[in-house]
Amino acid sequence: MYEFFTTTNTGIVLTVLGQCLLVLIPLLLALAFLMYADRKVWAAVQMRKGPNVVGPFGLLQSFADFLKYIVKEVVVPAGADRAVYFIAPLLAFVLPVIAWSVIPFNDGWVLSDINVAILFVFAVSSLEVYGIIMGGWASNSKYPFLGSLRSAAQMISYEVSLGLIIIGVIISTGSMNFGAIVAAQDTGYGILGWYWLPHFPMVFLFFISCLAETNRPPFDLPEAESELVAGYQVEYSSTPFLLFMIGELMAVVLMCALISLLFLGGWLSPLPFLPDGVLWMVLKMAACFFIFAMVKAITPRFRYDQLMRIGWKIFLPLSLAWVVFVAFMAKFEVFGTFWARYAMGG
Amino acid sequence: MTVPAFIFYVFAVSTLTGGLMTVLSRNPVHSVLWLILAFLSSAGLFVLLGAEFVAMLLIIVYVGAVAVLFLFVVMMLDIDFAELKAEMAKYMPLALLIGVVILMQLALAFGVWDYSAGFEARLEAPAGDADNTTALGLLIYDKYIMLFQLAGLILLVAMIGAIVLTLRHRKDVKRQNVMLQMSRDPAAAMELKDVKPGQGL
Repeated sequence: MYEFFTTTNTGIVLTVLGQCLLVLIPLLLALAFLMYADRKVWAAVQMRKGPNVVGPFGLLQSFADFLKYIVKEVVVPAGADRAVYFIAPLLAFVLPVIAWSVIPFNDGWVLSDINVAILFVFAVSSLEVYGIIMGGWASNSKYPFLGSLRSAAQMISYEVSLGLIIIGVIISTGSMNFGAIVAAQDTGYGILGWYWLPHFPMVFLFFISCLAETNRPPFDLPEAESELVAGYQVEYSSTPFLLFMIGELMAVVLMCALISLLFLGGWLSPLPFLPDGVLWMVLKMAACFFIFAMVKAITPRFRYDQLMRIGWKIFLPLSLAWVVFVAFMAKFEVFGTFWARYAMGG
Repeated sequence: MTVPAFIFYVFAVSTLTGGLMTVLSRNPVHSVLWLILAFLSSAGLFVLLGAEFVAMLLIIVYVGAVAVLFLFVVMMLDIDFAELKAEMAKYMPLALLIGVVILMQLALAFGVWDYSAGFEARLEAPAGDADNTTALGLLIYDKYIMLFQLAGLILLVAMIGAIVLTLRHRKDVKRQNVMLQMSRDPAAAMELKDVKPGQGL
């Protein structure tokens, strides 16, 4: 039996399929409750109750929404480019799912342990902009089009600083594999050994860039409802809209996982005497998501020129300077292995 | 057929289809989308060759940034395609001539193509057991650092040139002064009045 699943082609395909489902199904289930959590946090900040009707405490709200979306009618606007119009939400949903194939949840718990994992995630998240651009253009409508133009400019701008911050982490680690990046944060000092300390200012820059990259408030200019109705989503209804929404949320959770892995030590435990494990990873991701939800609830939306100014005139120079700084500190091993984790050997 | 061979043919067919449709499709936005498919499939081919770092860079740089800008520009164009086609038809003979000349040059070049002695040894991976990111790093940043920096410098000059040529400060637009906006405070911006009931201000 074991041989069948590890040697024959059919067996290997079945094994991989099973592993994919093992990642995907808990992820999608978790998304349903994260969506609920997002709305609850938002409601709590505004002193409302939030969803509280479907199921105990409204826990099943997301499933009710899901049903509602898929039984509604799909409306295609006249003059829309049908093929592109339907490819767009598919892309928006599929791309964030693909990126999970290289995200580890525990030591070795990863679908595909490739040595350019972090570049892979970065590449896939840079493709996510296409769902939005294509959707906005194919709708053949003014507001979606404006939304997609904004989104194109916004996501390119913030990718640059995201990339530079990631380079800092790669320089410290000497590897682009997530396993190696987490292993490099395992110094025996628990929470003090993680990368948030040596890369302290960059954690905040990374978080804010993630907000902009995933079109979350306060940077949700592509769908700013007060100016663009709902931006690129205006003409979408039913399941295509649902796909956009899940894709967006999935991208947010992906960014939470990325922050946990890069700066918060992944599955390492914060106290040296506690065991490491998948629970820590999930906890850290949940904590990151809570902050995402809080930011959505408490910040007003930025103006578009402010968004661009912050991206190009503040984040880009700062993160570029940080790369130079880290390269210097790591090369000459200032403070021993504080920045130069690759020198620890392991 | 082995699995890598099958995957190779899938990527090869989709690269060729993408390239062909880039030229053939009538709508420029579709052209760019097909071009993106071609980029993605060639990234797949790079992965099959074992050059995963180059594949990822191809996706990040070309698909994630350059093609987005293409799309950005092309989406905003408002062209009458029928007119454009008619215009293009006039230049058909010239295009054919150039095409034939290039084809002949290529045929000449590849007709006499020959490998020098011992090329097989040079095709081997140069850095031994290092993975290909490390190998590329060693080559670019250690061995060819001078050429690499010069190439970067040329790009920088080109960029500055483009900015200098196109930068104009227009006087007739309203600009946002961000520092001024950030230094505003409630005390200076508004005045609270105690309005007596029934009197007004």
